[in-house]
Amino acid sequence: MGIAIYILTFALLLVGIYAVVAKKNVIKIILGVLLIDYAVNLLLVLVGYRSPTGTGQLGKAPILAEGESAAELARTAVDPLPQAMVLTSIVIGLGLTALMVAMAVRLYEKYGTFDMDRIRRLRG
Amino acid sequence: MTVSQIVPLLVILPLGAAFLIAVLANLPTGKPQQRNGRYLTSPLACAVVLANLVIAVSLLRVDVQQPIYVGGWGPDRTLGIQLLCDGLTKLMAVTINLVALVSIVFARPYMRRFTRVWLFEALFLLMTGAMNGVVLAGDLFNLFVFLEIAAIASYALVGFGCESEELEAAFKYLVLGTIGSAFILLGVTILYSLTGQLNMAKVAVVLQKIPANGPAVLLAAAALVAGLALKAAMVPFHAWLPDAHPSAPAPISAMLSGVLIKAAGIYALARIVFNVLGVNPYYANVLIALGVLSMVAGMFLALGQWDLKRLLAYSSISQAGYIVLALGVAAEVMSRATPDKAVAGLCLFGGLFHLFNHAAFKSLLFLSSGAIEQQVGTRRLRQMGGLARRMPVTSFCCRVGALSIAGVPPFNGFFSKLIIILALALAGHPALCAIAAGVAVGTLLMYIKVQRYALDGQPSGPAAQAKEAPALMGLAMLVLAIICIVAGLAFVPLRQYLFDPAGEILMRGREALLMGAAQ
Amino acid sequence: MNQSGMTLIVKNTARLVSGFITVFGIYIALTGHLTPGGGFAGGVILAAAAALVVLSFGRESSSKLITGPACHVADAAGALGFLVVALLGYLAGDFFINFVPLGQRHHLASGGAIPLSNLAILIKVGAGLAGAFLALSAFRLAPRPDLTGGEEL
Repeated sequence: MGIAIYILTFALLLVGIYAVVAKKNVIKIILGVLLIDYAVNLLLVLVGYRSPTGTGQLGKAPILAEGESAAELARTAVDPLPQAMVLTSIVIGLGLTALMVAMAVRLYEKYGTFDMDRIRRLRG
Repeated sequence: MTVSQIVPLLVILPLGAAFLIAVLANLPTGKPQQRNGRYLTSPLACAVVLANLVIAVSLLRVDVQQPIYVGGWGPDRTLGIQLLCDGLTKLMAVTINLVALVSIVFARPYMRRFTRVWLFEALFLLMTGAMNGVVLAGDLFNLFVFLEIAAIASYALVGFGCESEELEAAFKYLVLGTIGSAFILLGVTILYSLTGQLNMAKVAVVLQKIPANGPAVLLAAAALVAGLALKAAMVPFHAWLPDAHPSAPAPISAMLSGVLIKAAGIYALARIVFNVLGVNPYYANVLIALGVLSMVAGMFLALGQWDLKRLLAYSSISQAGYIVLALGVAAEVMSRATPDKAVAGLCLFGGLFHLFNHAAFKSLLFLSSGAIEQQVGTRRLRQMGGLARRMPVTSFCCRVGALSIAGVPPFNGFFSKLIIILALALAGHPALCAIAAGVAVGTLLMYIKVQRYALDGQPSGPAAQAKEAPALMGLAMLVLAIICIVAGLAFVPLRQYLFDPAGEILMRGREALLMGAAQ
Repeated sequence: MNQSGMTLIVKNTARLVSGFITVFGIYIALTGHLTPGGGFAGGVILAAAAALVVLSFGRESSSKLITGPACHVADAAGALGFLVVALLGYLAGDFFINFVPLGQRHHLASGGAIPLSNLAILIKVGAGLAGAFLALSAFRLAPRPDLTGGEEL
């Protein structure tokens, strides 16, 4: 698979950081934060990829089929631990998304705008 | 009951009680639309945090020899979750549960002006349980997950009042905190790809075989330090703190400033840099730079504030800089060719003692500022005055807190700052020693300002009709004031029981987590 | 005819389909130790069924079935269920130990305590997401005169 996919993952991270830093609309900032989260999740899944040595096969999903032995699974399957970590991270991201969206709706109620330049009553 | 059965209770009790409160407060009882369970939630929360504190204090006397594995997945299987219970964990557990108990007792009369108090208590217990989980976690991903739980609970709690300023502060805190957490996960990912392990002890063992200047290790370390410095509110990652801490309700400000930036930020930073990555001149210099920047910038920004809670928030940044500076100088001394153990031990003692003291007096100051805000109705210093006559208990506690943080003997702040300054001088950094002394003078100035405008003088304006705070709030503040005085007078026995075991864990570096377990 | 909610076709389809979606969600959660999925995925599908009911029948009609406090109670009860499963490990010696005897591979009863935890997580996530959906859909925004959104999306 080479190095191109890792470079693209970091490019996704940078796009997310650009969106948070440079955009003024609250919804765009939320989307930027989500992009950063998903870029790190993607990197975590990619880190776990393993292909069986020797043969040119691709790594399989870590599910034990009927009649397969555990040693054979350990030889051909990708690493399941990053997948468990990513599941947790996605759930955390979901909770954060719900919280951010709820706050954005309430901010609109209070300030009347989604523009971050106007939502600046705290300063100093 | 063995130790491995009691230690998880520190996390289980608050989490279980949080959900029990959510059930109790919403079950319909008796007539429709009436939910009588709401009266039980507050005593339940106080009882649970008290039980947590009792467990944490009684763990101080237990010496844990075997590593604690959750669920019986012992040391020979690499995927088990390990819980740590060494000296540093015990110190942090005592600090967290103490401040949590005082805050939840204070919150009982303070939160009466909000609706849905059961939601506040459930979130508060979630935050406390998760912070206990952070200090107990023995592997990197568990640390990250508990860090996230504590952070999400605190985002919701900062914006609890749903006024426009609180929502804006909570939104900014949320966005910045999420970016910090993403960087922490990035660092954990890179460390996992390098070593194939998540358990902190095993990662330390594998990292010893990799050259420490490799680009991957440096990238992982940079991502971790950036994310954790954001959680610890170091300059230049501090932008969320001056908005979030003043806007939160007072018990939450006390918890955030007193323990969250320390348990989630500084503890995790110390644990990862000292015990996993290993001390190194690079990391030491980064910690020293962060510490000095935070100290100086926090002090200058605090001197010009006229909003009481905003001044306290900036001064939190400054004092956290002291702790990180002490840790950084200790790391630098330990990474020399001939490390001087005595000086490093003194630096670590100073830093950890200041951590405990800051939790005590900063929570005290935030709680008393909350009492003042509730009774007087404003946070602006120019509109207060003469509270020493109108609110004697609150102003006595506020004065004790202000004198402690300014470094006046015989309160605890004096001793911890003195030890840090002496240790900096002994370590051969006269410039840092002078900067630390200068910041101490600046802190004294800003708290003289607080006392002169808020407490002394003649009552004027809205302060003229202020009455004393309710009894439970006064009790909570008095407990913290007594701790400030006692910790100052009796710091020698405290050193022996609390701080020396903690400092020793950090001194032992990468071997500290192994504890005789298998490779 | 009930005026709230969507048209008759949508309501009848929702009546037929929402039961199947619920059962599918429970299936995904209970066989989480054999096939991909597990508690969280099942919970999301369950919340989708709840969202379908609320959207097709309107808030006023569906508020007899799916209410805010009920979601709070079910949410917390699911979390307490997970905690009880973990605490039952104390019966077998230590916190969070598996206390259910392991059966044969590839059978439904072979996961130990994992299907029980999956069930608890199903209830919690389903109720939690349904509650979040209800809370977000409760906002009635009055149109503001200075309706600006920064730059164009």
